[in-house]
Amino acid sequence: MNLKKKISLTVNGTLVNAEIEPRRHLVDFLREDLHLKGPHLGCEQGACGACTVKVDGQIIRGCLYLAVQADGCVVETVEGLTKSGVLADLQESFMRHNAMQCGFCSSGMLLAAAELVEKQPKANREEVREWISGNYCRCTGYHSIVDAIVDVLDARAKGQKIKPVTAHA
Amino acid sequence: MKAAAFDYVKPKALSDALSLLKQGGDDARLIAGGQTLLATLNMRLSEPSVLIDITDVEELKGISVVSDKLRIGALVTHTEIEDSELVAKHAPLLKAAAPHIAHRAIRNLGTWGGSLAYGDPAAEWPACSLALQATMVIHGQAGERKVSAKDFFIDLYTTALESDEILVATEIPLAPSNQVFYFHELARRHGDYAVAGLAAVAQKDGNVLSKCAFTFFSVSSTPVMATAAQDLINGKTLNSELIAEAVNTARNEIDAIADITNSAEAKKHLIGVLLERGLKHLVS
Ligand SMILES: Cc1cc2nc3c(=O)[nH]c(=O)nc-3n(C[C@H](O)[C@H](O)[C@H](O)COP(=O)(O)OP(=O)(O)OC[C@H]3O[C@@H](n4cnc5c(N)ncnc54)[C@H](O)[C@@H]3O)c2cc1C
Ligand code: FES
Ligand code: FES
Repeated sequence: MNLKKKISLTVNGTLVNAEIEPRRHLVDFLREDLHLKGPHLGCEQGACGACTVKVDGQIIRGCLYLAVQADGCVVETVEGLTKSGVLADLQESFMRHNAMQCGFCSSGMLLAAAELVEKQPKANREEVREWISGNYCRCTGYHSIVDAIVDVLDARAKGQKIKPVTAHA
Repeated sequence: MKAAAFDYVKPKALSDALSLLKQGGDDARLIAGGQTLLATLNMRLSEPSVLIDITDVEELKGISVVSDKLRIGALVTHTEIEDSELVAKHAPLLKAAAPHIAHRAIRNLGTWGGSLAYGDPAAEWPACSLALQATMVIHGQAGERKVSAKDFFIDLYTTALESDEILVATEIPLAPSNQVFYFHELARRHGDYAVAGLAAVAQKDGNVLSKCAFTFFSVSSTPVMATAAQDLINGKTLNSELIAEAVNTARNEIDAIADITNSAEAKKHLIGVLLERGLKHLVS
């Protein structure tokens, strides 16, 4: 029995055709077949958020979504969103606040934070904490992550953008 | 872990989904949001041979007002409920409950129908649908049948759905203008399943509540209504003695059961804590 299915989807702006087993979840497809190592895998049961990617404009758990389900969809990962500049001010703010230690959670945190900044531009510190509670940081660096997101919310509310002040090596 | 191999089909019509389900028997599984199912497949707690993806079936989508009912399609996601103006207007309890379900990335995919069909006693939607006297619209080979939420949740993860049936939508009476509601859950971390929770609605006239529906979740094998406490409150002026009496009544009438970390006694205690807070909120 051949269980492989043909799919066609847009990943970070590029049309991708592939033939995959239905059991392959989206993040395995992105990492193993497309070599996009931005989305990480932690628990594979929806608890940690390391696998967060965007499908048709919304963040989802890439470990609880099959690659076959993405047939015909638009998928974006931290790689594509970095290139397009959507995450630029969040990334700059994360760097300023040193909001990462090992960086394993960072891509998921950034994507979750980006959806918060978009959907709840008036979120207060407590709401930022609540939102981010869906993403585990194994290094437990939550405080600086919350600081970084709150700064972006403040800057955007004032119509400002957090711009790089120094060149990063 | 990784899921075992399975086949995958994506029918476009409800009738096709129903035939595939019938044909597949015990080896077939419907997938809606997949936010419960894929976690169990990844853990190899279940190994179906075929997944029937129902997310293209139009009949299962959308939120609308049909005469005096709010109709929520089975495929409506938790996020859509959270963001819907129709829900905010006609079933505000659901809007208040939605942010407590997991986290946004899960709410973006997880569905109303998937949650009801799964029948987790710790989940928010089963309790809310009971409090709001919802009616489940179910399709099978024989056509349509309707089951009240009261008769739908039978036992732990067990509902009135037969294995070859699909939950199509739910109909909820529109909230009257004097409806008040309260939703609260005690959880270890925001987004986790509650240790105990309360979804309550009533009609309010001054300090008098009537048509009370107090539904507790995560305390027993199904969501449960504190019917004796409701009867006690209905039509009387609410004061501190009445609240204390209702708290005792609810603690005694609900057959609380322990979970891994919390004893039945602790759950009984929390039932009272929630009801007291709820009643004060409802008349405030
Ligand atoms: C980390 C994590 C935390 C969570 N926290 C919560 C929480 O706090 N509260 C909560 O309520 N839920 C929680 N959930 C579960 C989540 O809300 C699910 O989305 C929901 O319970 C199931 O909906 P689904 O659409 O994802 O269903 P699926 O996973 O697709 O399906 C679940 C079951 O229902 C059946 N089914 C689905 N749709 C239908 C239908 N229309 N008719 C008949 N059968 C159907 C499927 O065959 C399957 O057996 C959590 C999940 C995760 C991964
Ligand atoms: S790997 Fe997907 S949530 Fe942990
Ligand atoms: S920085 Fe290490 S997991 Fe978050």
